[in-house]
Amino acid sequence: MSTLSSEPSSEPRTPPIPADNRPAIAVSGLTKDFRVADKHGRRSVFTAVSDVSFTVPAGGSLGLVGESGSGKTTTARMLVGLETPTAGRIEALGHDRSRPARSAAERRRRARELQIVFQDPYTSLDPSQTVRAAVDEVLRAHSGLEGPARAGRLAELLDQVGFDERQASARPRELSGGQRQRVAIARALAADPRVLILDEAVSALDVSIQAQILNLLVDIRTATGIAYLLISHDLAVVRHLCDSVVVLRRGRVVESGDCGAVLDTPADEYTRVLRASVPVPGWRPGSG
Amino acid sequence: MLRLRDVDVALNVEGRMRPVLTGLNLDLAEGEALGLVGESGSGKSMTVRTITRLLPHGARVSGAVEFEGRDVLAMRPAELRAFRDSDVGVVFQDPRAAINPTHRIGDFVGEALRVNRGVSKGEAARRSAELLAAVGIDDAERRLRQYPHELSGGMLQRAMIASVLAAEPRLILADEPTTALDVTIQAEVVGILDRLRRERALSMVFITHDLDLALAVCDRVAVMYAGSVVEVRSARELHDTARHPYTIGLLGSRPAIERRAERLTAIPGRPVSAFEAGPGCAFVSRCAFAQDACRASRPRLEAFQGGLVRCHRVEEIHEHSVV
Repeated sequence: MSTLSSEPSSEPRTPPIPADNRPAIAVSGLTKDFRVADKHGRRSVFTAVSDVSFTVPAGGSLGLVGESGSGKTTTARMLVGLETPTAGRIEALGHDRSRPARSAAERRRRARELQIVFQDPYTSLDPSQTVRAAVDEVLRAHSGLEGPARAGRLAELLDQVGFDERQASARPRELSGGQRQRVAIARALAADPRVLILDEAVSALDVSIQAQILNLLVDIRTATGIAYLLISHDLAVVRHLCDSVVVLRRGRVVESGDCGAVLDTPADEYTRVLRASVPVPGWRPGSG
Repeated sequence: MLRLRDVDVALNVEGRMRPVLTGLNLDLAEGEALGLVGESGSGKSMTVRTITRLLPHGARVSGAVEFEGRDVLAMRPAELRAFRDSDVGVVFQDPRAAINPTHRIGDFVGEALRVNRGVSKGEAARRSAELLAAVGIDDAERRLRQYPHELSGGMLQRAMIASVLAAEPRLILADEPTTALDVTIQAEVVGILDRLRRERALSMVFITHDLDLALAVCDRVAVMYAGSVVEVRSARELHDTARHPYTIGLLGSRPAIERRAERLTAIPGRPVSAFEAGPGCAFVSRCAFAQDACRASRPRLEAFQGGLVRCHRVEEIHEHSVV
C-alpha cells in the first residue's frame, strides 16, 4: 500500500518527552589532533576537530552537517569510542564517555545509552547470520530479556523495521541495501538506546528506498522518543529529520541553531554557499 | 542528432542472456541537454555504454542507434574509433579511477590533441593550459606538470572535462559526473559543464540519480525504470506536471530543502531491473494504480500532455488535470 502525499506542515513533530530529561548528548570543547607526516617525512599536527560543542536534548534530533574534511566523521567516531579525544568532554545522559570504558559493565551501560548506524551496514553484518539471529544476538547481550519475553521483543523489532517471517530468515547477501539498513537499525534499537547516531545512514540508498527509511526513522522517533544525532552532507535529509543543526567546516562549528532558521536564513557565508549549492527548481548551476 | 529506437541489450551473465535495456527510445536534438534519471538497475549507465559501444564481451544488441544519421551499431572498427575519438566525449563518475595515475595532468589533457589531431607537443601544452583555464583551474602551467594524486577530486573532474573538450566532440555523455563530489564542488563543476556546453553549442546527455539536479541542468529529462524510458518531459514542466506514477513517486520521495513535510510519499518495494520485469508494465509491482491490464501487456511510450509517458492508465489517472 502506498500512502498518498501528505500536505507539507511547518508544525514540528512532537515525540513523547522521556521522563529523564538530562541531555542525550552534551559535547563541549571537543578536539582531535592527528600526528601526520608529509611526503618528505616532516611531522606535523593536523587538527581534525577543533573546539566543537553541541547538545542533543533528551528525545531531540540534531543534524551535524559538513563536507569532506569537516570533522563530522571523526566526531562520530569519538562519540562511540572509536577515537579518544585530544581535549574536551563528551557526555551521554549525564555520564562521561570521553575516555575508554574501564569495565564490561560500563561498556554495556554505554551501549544502552547510544548506538550507531553506519552508511554501509553490509560490512558490519555477519554473512552467516539470518536477520532474526542478528537482531536476537543484540537482545541477548543487552536486553536482559529471556524466553517468551525476548521472543516477543524480537518479533516487535522485526515488525517495526518491516520484516515479515520469511524475510527474517534471510542472510545478508539475499538482502537489498535498504533491507540491510533496516537490519542495522533493528540491531541498534535492540540495545534499547536513548540515542541513535545515524552516520550518513541513508546516503547510499536509492531515492525511493531512502524515502522508506526516512519515514521509518520518523515513525520510530514518534513511537519511542529516542534522540537522533544525524551526520549528513544532505541538507534536505537533515531538514526532514532534525530540529536543530550544527554546520561544520574544517573541524570547526561555523553556525548552529534551529534547523529551519539556519537553512532559510543562513548567517555564515559558508552556510550560505552550502545552501545555495543545493539544486532546486529554478536553480541555475554556478549561481550559488 | 542522437536517436535510439527499440534498443534491446542483453548481457551474458554466466552463460545466460540477461536483459538490461528493453525497448529503449531516446531522441536528442542538436545543442540540447537531456537528463537521464533513474535508480539502481534502471539501465542509465548501460545506455551510455550502448551509445559508445563499450558493452562487455558477449553482449547482444538489437534496435537502432543513430548519430547524425549514421548507424553506430554498424560502424566498422576505424569508423567507430573516429566516432569515439572525435564525435563523443565521456565524463565518468570517478576521475580517480578513469585517469591514469602515473601520467601528468598535461599528458592526460593533451593526449587527444597529440594523438588524434597530430598537434605538436608545445602546441598541445599551450592549448591544454587554455582548456584548464576554461574549466576554472588557476595556475594552469603548474597543474599540467602535476600528477593526479596531487589534485583534489573536484580539480581532477575539471581536468577530465578539459580532456574531453580537447577532442572537440559535438556530444558529451556525462555519467554521474558529480556524484563523488562535495555539494559545493558539485555546484561549481556542474556550473562549468553547463556554461561550456552552451558556449560551444554542444549536445549533452547528463546521467544522474538526482532528479532535482537533472531538472536544473537539462532542457528535457527522461526518467528510466527497469531498462526503458517511462517518461520524457521538459525540465521546466516535469517538476509540477509529472504524469507517470513512478516519476510522481520519485518527486515525492525526496525531502524538500525549503520546508519539512510530515511524511514522504515513499514508493513501496524496491527498484527492479529489466531482467526481473514480467510481461506487463515493469512498474506494476510498486504502482498504486496497477490493474490486471497493467500485468498483461507492456505499455508503449506515447505522447501525453506535452511529454511522453509509458503507462496504460495515464489518461484515466489524469483525466481532469490540465497542463
